[in-house]
Amino acid sequence: MTQAECKVVKASEINPRFKYEISKMHGAEKLMRCFQCGTCTSDCPIARYSESYRPRQIIRMAQLGLEDRILDSDTLWLCASCFTCTDRCPQDVEVASVIRVLRNLAAERGHIPQVFREQFSSILESGYAYKIPELRVKRRELLGLPPLPKGNSESIRKTLRGLKPEKFFENNGGY
Amino acid sequence: MTRYALFLGCTIPARQPHYEVSARKSLAKLGIDLVDLEGMTCCAPPPLQSIDLETSLSMAAYNISLAEEADLDIVTLCTGCFESLAIANNLLRENAKLKERVNKILSNAGKEFRGNKEVRHYLQVLMKDVGIDHLKKNVTRKLGNLKVATFYGCHSLRPSALLKFDDPERPKLFDNLVEALGAKSIWYRNKLKCCGGLLRGYADDIALAIARDKIAMATKAGADCLSTLCPFCFLTLDLGQFLMKSTYHEEYNLPILHYTELLSLSLGIDPKELALDFHKIRVDKVLSKIS
Repeated sequence: MTQAECKVVKASEINPRFKYEISKMHGAEKLMRCFQCGTCTSDCPIARYSESYRPRQIIRMAQLGLEDRILDSDTLWLCASCFTCTDRCPQDVEVASVIRVLRNLAAERGHIPQVFREQFSSILESGYAYKIPELRVKRRELLGLPPLPKGNSESIRKTLRGLKPEKFFENNGGY
Repeated sequence: MTRYALFLGCTIPARQPHYEVSARKSLAKLGIDLVDLEGMTCCAPPPLQSIDLETSLSMAAYNISLAEEADLDIVTLCTGCFESLAIANNLLRENAKLKERVNKILSNAGKEFRGNKEVRHYLQVLMKDVGIDHLKKNVTRKLGNLKVATFYGCHSLRPSALLKFDDPERPKLFDNLVEALGAKSIWYRNKLKCCGGLLRGYADDIALAIARDKIAMATKAGADCLSTLCPFCFLTLDLGQFLMKSTYHEEYNLPILHYTELLSLSLGIDPKELALDFHKIRVDKVLSKIS
C-alpha cells in the first residue's frame, strides 16, 4: 500500500502474538531487534522503483501484529530476494528471510501469485522449473554437448509427498 | 585433473546452450573435469523458498546428497543454483534441528544429507584450483583493449554470512579473473545492485526499470560489454535490451557475455564453436576488438 492509502490501525486488526509466533520460525528470530533505521528500504532496489514496497514498513507491521494486512497483500511478493537488506542491517535482522517467512505464511492461506504457483508446480511435477524444449535438446547435440543427464521426477515427488505445499494446492487441482 | 559434479540447473539447458558450451570447453582446457550426475533436479531457488522453506531445503539437500554419494564437490554455472545449494549446505551443517527434519523427509527416497561436500561457484573453482598465474599462462588471445563491466549478480555475494563468496561490498574475485585475461574491468554506478530478474513475470515494469539502470550505467561508464555469472542476469540484461527499446525507445546495444565466453575466447577457442547466435544483442563489436 502507498503512504496515502495507509489506514488507521484498529485494535481489532492486531494480533499481539504474531511477532512471537514468527520469531520462532527459522530466519525471523531477530525480528524484534529492528529499530526502524530504514537502511533496508534505502538500499532496496525495488523500493526505488515501486510505489508500495518498503521492507522497513513490512517489518514494522509484523512487529505490530498486522497479520492480515501483511499476509493478504500483493506487495509482500515484490521482494526480489537480493538480500541487500539482510547484509546491511545494522541490527542483524535477516530482513529478506523475515519476508520469506511471511510469504510462507501467506502461502499457507493460499495466497501464491500465479507465476510462483506455475514455477512451483512445474518443479514438483518434473523436477525442473521449465520444460526443456525438444528443439533445444536437438541443438545441444549439434553443438556437441553431452546428452542431458536423466531427471528423477518420480523420486522427487516421492520425497516431497505429504509436505505442506501439497495442502496449499489441494483446492487448485493438485500441484 | 580436478573433478567436480556439475550442477546444470534448469535455465541453462532450457535456454542457454551457449553458456554451457563455453563453460565445458574452457573449464576442460584448464584441467577441470565436470561429471554429469543423473537424477539432479531444480536447485530450489528463492521463488520455491518463498512458498515453503522445508520443501526447498529438502530439494536442495536431495541434490547435494547425490554428489555426496558420488564423493564429489559440486560446481555450479548458475549463481542462483549456487545460492540455493550453498545456503542449504551451510544451513543444514550449522542447524542440527533443520538437518534432522530434512533427513526425515529425504528418507522417503532413501537419501541422506551428510554435509561433507562443498558447493562452489565456478569462479571459486577457477581461483582455487586453477589460479590466476596458471590462467594467465593459458591465455593465447589477450583481451587487451576490452573494457568489461563485471556484474556479480546478487546470489554470488549475498547473503554473505552463508555464501562466503567474496567481500559483498567490495568484491574483487570476478574483476581479478577478468583482468587475468588481459581485459580491463571498469567501475560503473550501481554495479552491485540487483538486475531485477527475479521480478520478471510478477512485476515486469519494475524488473525492466532496474535492468535499464544497470545497462545505462555500464554504457555511461564506457563499457564495451557487460559480463555475467548467471543465466538469469544474462537473460534479463540481454533480452531486456529489446524490451527497453520497445518500452523506453532507448537503444543500448551493449553486448552481454558470460565470463566463460570471455574465457573461451581468450583461451583461443574459435568463436564459431561458441554458439554466439544465441545472444539477442550481437557480440560482433567485442569480437572485432579482440581479434
